[in-house]
Amino acid sequence: MKKEEHLELYYQMVLIRLVEEQAAQLYQQGKIGGFLHLYIGQEAVSTGLISARQPQDRVITAYRDHGVAINCGLSAREVVAELLGKVTGSSKGKGGSMHMADVNKNFWGGHAIVGAHLPIAAGLALGDQYQKNDGVTICMFGDGATNIGYFHEALNLSKVWNLPVLWVCENNQYGMGTAVERASAVSEIRQKAEGYSIPSSRVDGMDVLAVRKASEEAIAYVRSGKGPYFLEIVTYRFRGHSMGDPERYRKAEEVRQWQENDPIGIYRRYLVDHAIATESELNEVDQRANETTLDAVQFAESSPEPPAEMLFQHIYVDAD
Amino acid sequence: MARITMREAISQALWEEMERDPSVFILGEEVGVWGGTYAVTKGFYDHFGPERVRDTPIAEAAIIGGAIGAALTGTRPVAELMTINFAFSAMDHIVNEAAKLHYMFGGQFVLPMVIRAVGGGGRQLGATHSQTPDAVFAHFPGLKVVAPGTPEDAKGLLKAAIRSNDPVLFIEHATLYQVRGEVPEGDYVIPLGKSKVQRPGKDVTIITYSKMLELSTKAADQLAKEGIEAEIVDLRSLRPLDMGPVLESFKKTNRAVIVEEGWRSYGVGSEVAARIYEEAFDYVDAPIQRVAQKEVPLPYNRTLEQMALPQIEDIVKAVKEVL
Repeated sequence: MKKEEHLELYYQMVLIRLVEEQAAQLYQQGKIGGFLHLYIGQEAVSTGLISARQPQDRVITAYRDHGVAINCGLSAREVVAELLGKVTGSSKGKGGSMHMADVNKNFWGGHAIVGAHLPIAAGLALGDQYQKNDGVTICMFGDGATNIGYFHEALNLSKVWNLPVLWVCENNQYGMGTAVERASAVSEIRQKAEGYSIPSSRVDGMDVLAVRKASEEAIAYVRSGKGPYFLEIVTYRFRGHSMGDPERYRKAEEVRQWQENDPIGIYRRYLVDHAIATESELNEVDQRANETTLDAVQFAESSPEPPAEMLFQHIYVDAD
Repeated sequence: MARITMREAISQALWEEMERDPSVFILGEEVGVWGGTYAVTKGFYDHFGPERVRDTPIAEAAIIGGAIGAALTGTRPVAELMTINFAFSAMDHIVNEAAKLHYMFGGQFVLPMVIRAVGGGGRQLGATHSQTPDAVFAHFPGLKVVAPGTPEDAKGLLKAAIRSNDPVLFIEHATLYQVRGEVPEGDYVIPLGKSKVQRPGKDVTIITYSKMLELSTKAADQLAKEGIEAEIVDLRSLRPLDMGPVLESFKKTNRAVIVEEGWRSYGVGSEVAARIYEEAFDYVDAPIQRVAQKEVPLPYNRTLEQMALPQIEDIVKAVKEVL
């Protein structure tokens, strides 16, 4: 990897972290409604994963989608604007935190019903297969989604039809407040793929370069026409499930231990230790990410509300 | 004009659209090798091949979710649900995804897809396989719900549904497949969301759709022998609901009976009656009557099942009630 690529990955991770920290503040100020699920702690997962895709590869994820949106190339401006429900948001203020997308960047949402987007991902891959496109659909979901029926219907269909889809389980150890071992018959989630004869691997989700390498291999496998592949990426969310999480289900000590394993800190040390970048160069990147974040907040706060007539727009494509 | 069955009309619509547009394909349980559990896609697999006539696992969320995803990529999937009762296994994908994606992402997502589902009672299939839950689906903005009552409408409306850029639930009544009717030659399309006067009359307006159009027509024949001329308005689409011809007819007859196969409570009749009262109250000469299914899970026993379903005599009686 070239130095610029390293710095870009580092920048994206820092940007996600800063945008999420701003989002938490905006939420506490009452400027963001509904639910807010932060990606803090998991930045290396989608940054490493999505950096390995080609432009024709589709990405679809669950409701913890702000970081994924940024990795897919959505601007911090349109992400924060969507959080604030502004017309300049990625979904024009109609989707909110859980429903961001930009089809022009091959980012297909942002889906809030646990597991429901997995059959849709199979369908995206089916569409590519049908049209003989060489794209891979990258479908991200949490460990909690692997216990619902949709997961099993989708994995089964993907194997039966040999669909070009990469299943990516972000195992952050908890489905809301319920630990994996309390909700899933197997705590190594990739074992579930074995039941469908889908090859799998498991990777450390706090190491962005390990995620990137595993993702490159997995995407190449799927693109080669061999059918679906399953990647389990083990990670940890540093914040609660959502902003309203009392966090009674895990000990502060456990969270502290994982925070010492901060994916941004790990990567920063790696870049310095391997003389890829200097501290001052990385500080400059931090500064740039900070400016982008503050600009995004300023942009979002000063953006207009959606006009009233938008209430009845986008119900149907074909007008009556 | 050719005289063909409802099954042939639906089959022709599918066949002609697949010939016309290579982005149209079919997926569902037993649509391929078997030829369709109601034989609608008989011969399709051999002609169009396994890529375009796709047998799926018995997994409704995968069928509908798969159709949604494929539609998002620009293809035009026609997903078949063996019965509408199985739509409940895909309810999330129909009402939470298909009906909402275009709106929720600010117009970015476009889903040109059709869900064909067979509904209705009267064949002794028991409570879980005999429902007419059309109103449930018509409740959701973002979905279009179509339920034809004649072969001509079935063919023209299905073609429109396949060409539509919105998700359409196309409900076929299981006991209408053998019904014959005149169908125009060649390619024709009937716009979605348009009600139609199927039989002119001046004394009373019967508002109905799907299978109940057949029963209402027979009731109107009986009434005609007694000198009562019933006008029948066929809704054809439940969402968008076209009240134009309904109100026009009602303002002429001032009396209405609404006939549906589903349950009365919170049903199509409730909606249509409310709209007549809201939009034509000054024209009401008698309380509107609703004919609908008795409020029970449909029993298996033939006699009990027929007692629960609307009958021709119920319609005749309701008409006399409003006159």
